[in-house]
Amino acid sequence: MSLEKQGVATGWNFLSQESGFEIGETLIEYWSDETYLKALWVGLLNTVYVALIGNVLAVLVGLFIGVFSMSPNWMISRICRFYVEIARNIPLLLQLFFWYSLFNELLPAVDQAYSLGDMVFLSQRGLKFPWFMAGHWEIPTLSGFDFTGGGTLTPEFLSLIMGLVFYTGAYNAEIVRAGIESIPRGQWEAAQSLGLTRIQMLIKVIIPQSMQVAIPPMISQLLNLSKNSSLAVAIGFPDFVTIANTTLNQTGQAVEVISLIMIIYLFMSLSTSFIANLYHRSIAHKGAER
Amino acid sequence: MNFGERSGLWMKKNLFSSPKESIVSIILGSIIFAAISKLLNWMLLSATWTGSAEVCRANSGFCWPFLWEKMSLILFGLYPREYLWRPILTVIAFVVLMFMSFDKKRWGLNLLINWLVLGFWTLFFLRGGMFGLHYIESDSWGGLPLTLLLFTFGLLGAYPLGIFLALGRRSDLIIIKWICIGFIELIRGVPLISVLFMASVLFPLFLPEGVVFEKYWRAQIAFILFMGAYMAEVVRGGLQAISKGQTEAAKALGLSSPQTQIFIILPQALRIVIPPTVSTAIGLFKDTSLVLIIALFDLLGSTKSALKDSSWLGFSVEAYVFVGLIYYFFCSSLSRLSRKMERELSVVKR
Repeated sequence: MSLEKQGVATGWNFLSQESGFEIGETLIEYWSDETYLKALWVGLLNTVYVALIGNVLAVLVGLFIGVFSMSPNWMISRICRFYVEIARNIPLLLQLFFWYSLFNELLPAVDQAYSLGDMVFLSQRGLKFPWFMAGHWEIPTLSGFDFTGGGTLTPEFLSLIMGLVFYTGAYNAEIVRAGIESIPRGQWEAAQSLGLTRIQMLIKVIIPQSMQVAIPPMISQLLNLSKNSSLAVAIGFPDFVTIANTTLNQTGQAVEVISLIMIIYLFMSLSTSFIANLYHRSIAHKGAER
Repeated sequence: MNFGERSGLWMKKNLFSSPKESIVSIILGSIIFAAISKLLNWMLLSATWTGSAEVCRANSGFCWPFLWEKMSLILFGLYPREYLWRPILTVIAFVVLMFMSFDKKRWGLNLLINWLVLGFWTLFFLRGGMFGLHYIESDSWGGLPLTLLLFTFGLLGAYPLGIFLALGRRSDLIIIKWICIGFIELIRGVPLISVLFMASVLFPLFLPEGVVFEKYWRAQIAFILFMGAYMAEVVRGGLQAISKGQTEAAKALGLSSPQTQIFIILPQALRIVIPPTVSTAIGLFKDTSLVLIIALFDLLGSTKSALKDSSWLGFSVEAYVFVGLIYYFFCSSLSRLSRKMERELSVVKR
């Protein structure tokens, strides 16, 4: 009806057409003469990659900060609370822009990169480090306007990961803290009377028990981070939404592209929460057996 | 015990309880001291207070002239300068009502009505076109007032929608139940960006020819639908916490099913979930920043456009610190409000 009148193409044929755009960073080989389908696949892999790394780091940050915010040392617990307070009360998008602008404005240009033993380099072009390639270790070397060889983490990737981890880590920390607080004092005292150190108490007694309380909200944070990784479009990291957006602008097939975005994320959310719930149920089951 | 002794004892207990703790405290203390002095140095001592972008670039400190120059663009977007008093009034009204909400004595239906009035007041003052106020089209609304407007109407729309969806999810009518579940799970499973894309790109395609729906309203509706799904889950938590005995007692008194929900179940359920309701509202406040992706100029969007000025390139850290503080002020005030409500309402006084 009105779609045809406005000259909007419909159908899924565009997926097999040539995309014609380059993608800044890819996990698999991709050329601009390949199809939109391949381009979207590259974007999806990037999204999964960011979600995996981001979630692992955010959970680690959450555990670390959550445990230390319970520290008897006033200064440690204050610093942790301060971090949580800042990270949770500023929009993620603003945080992403902030990290990204730090790369552009505070870091030196390529030829004056900070270096660590002439092996690892940090500059406006991101982080360059030695990497195992084609059978031998390659060390990045400066040639012309950029480094060649070795591995690269681009500013877009680094600021996306930093933003997501900084933001979600604070939420995870609050979940871990609430989990630890849910454990009755008696458990601490019993562990202490067994002669355990504070770290042993946490690792062997308190944290395993607090998992019961912490896992369900943690799952929803995992999902939040994965969905929030779509903000990559604002700083130009080629995740699924960025590539889908470019596809939309080039082909004009809004209905198909937007439903594709929704279906992919819906599938990711539903499958993640399905797996996570199975895991949680198995833990809850073990708890009941004890 | 005098103050000195007391603080000595406090420090011994909380900072220097053992040699190990003392070393940690001293190291951390000196790091914090160094960080704070460096920050103060950057923002005050070595900052540039007057001059042009060139003066700022020659200095390494905070560039205040950039903020003076771009302040009104960041705060109010492209709103016509001669009518700037209107958005200023709306921001003041919002802040005043937010602080009035802290007063325990005001909590209740009246406060809710005040927020509703505030929403329409903001809309009326921004838009004009009535009672002699000059009409300003929504494309020129921007900055903080737009953020506050998206937030206020988003919340006022999402809250009732969430209640309806949560009640619908428990409905005995299978169709209503599954429509509500489907909607809630669909929206909660996709990122906000995709809903905003839908509102900005997809929605206009399906309008009949000649009908124009302003972008602000499309984004506003997207926010209401998105947050409604999240509110529904919050409300559902409250509904589940109400024991079955309440429904049975209401039925025994001869109340009809809608009467039971409105007068017995909802008032109790909504009261229990006030803290998560406010957290969801804070989430909404932060999420309004996403409208810049569909080219609306909210607080963050107008900041981005201020940074594009070619004669003032390279001061984004200054701009982000400034708007970061504004967002922090609103979000942390709301979360303090939530903590206060939690404290006051945890002891149920009836």
